Amino acid sequence: MSGITFSYKIDGGDFVNAGKASSEIKRTLKQLNVAQKTIKRVVVSLYEAEVNIVAHAHRGEINVLINAEEISITLKDEGPGIESVEQAMEVGYSTASPSVVSMGFGAGMGLPNMKKNSDYLNVESKVGVGTTVTIKVALVG
Amino acid sequence: MTAEKLIDLISGNLLNVANTNTQILASVVASDLMSDVLTLENEPDILVTGLANTQCIRTAEMADIPFVIIAKGKKVSQQIIDLAHEGDIYLISTHLSIFKCCGLLYTHGIKDTF
Ligand SMILES: Nc1ncnc2c1ncn2[C@@H]1O[C@H](COP(=O)(O)OP(=O)(O)O)[C@@H](O)[C@H]1O
Ligand SMILES: [Mg+2]
Repeated sequence: MSGITFSYKIDGGDFVNAGKASSEIKRTLKQLNVAQKTIKRVVVSLYEAEVNIVAHAHRGEINVLINAEEISITLKDEGPGIESVEQAMEVGYSTASPSVVSMGFGAGMGLPNMKKNSDYLNVESKVGVGTTVTIKVALVG
Repeated sequence: MTAEKLIDLISGNLLNVANTNTQILASVVASDLMSDVLTLENEPDILVTGLANTQCIRTAEMADIPFVIIAKGKKVSQQIIDLAHEGDIYLISTHLSIFKCCGLLYTHGIKDTF
């Protein structure tokens, strides 16, 4: 089934604009009359993932596909990658810099919260190359 | 409590007027850790924080929190005020500490959020 797509470019370190994509997607889902709790699950996951590119990577791209059944989001970045995705998924594991902590992140809670709020989460990473995160949330049922 | 009562109670300054709210404020979360605020199952009416940056506004937006109080007299930039306006979030500053601000809210019947 066809749907609507959105694309955003993200710059590493750009904390001023972090959350812009999440904000726009929230507005779109509201216009589509998606339930409040579902919108919150989507945008909380997307926002933590967006912040991860800003906090940990050099640059990235977010692609969003919305159709009648689900919202599917891919965040692909160029950056240091993740050595152990399993370890990164643990609550409290973080390599965040003090500047990231000063922004209110870097407690190692992002990935576990993305897992909790999505119906599907996949993290693929290559050290020295980058990371691709896929998030899906069902919009029906 | 109403927004007017809240602002009066904490000797706050309302930094913008958002479009939406005439609601009664009943619940609060206080945190400098935005990742923690983003784990809440429920939506508090108010976020009290000592962080004066754009991410506390974004966090309130994503977590459906309509009021943000920036405590400790932290300087709030125009960029933060504009972002709050765009996101329909009421932004209030107070010179009170987080402890004192929350203490006043507590004694006036505002509840915790989980
Ligand atoms: N896009 C990414 N690129 C590189 N490393 C990442 C990325 N996303 C997450 N990580 C790694 O996984 C860790 C845990 O991520 P997360 O749970 O979001 O917590 P936090 O971002 O607060 O550290 C990060 O500290 C970092 O080491
Ligand atoms: Mg993170």
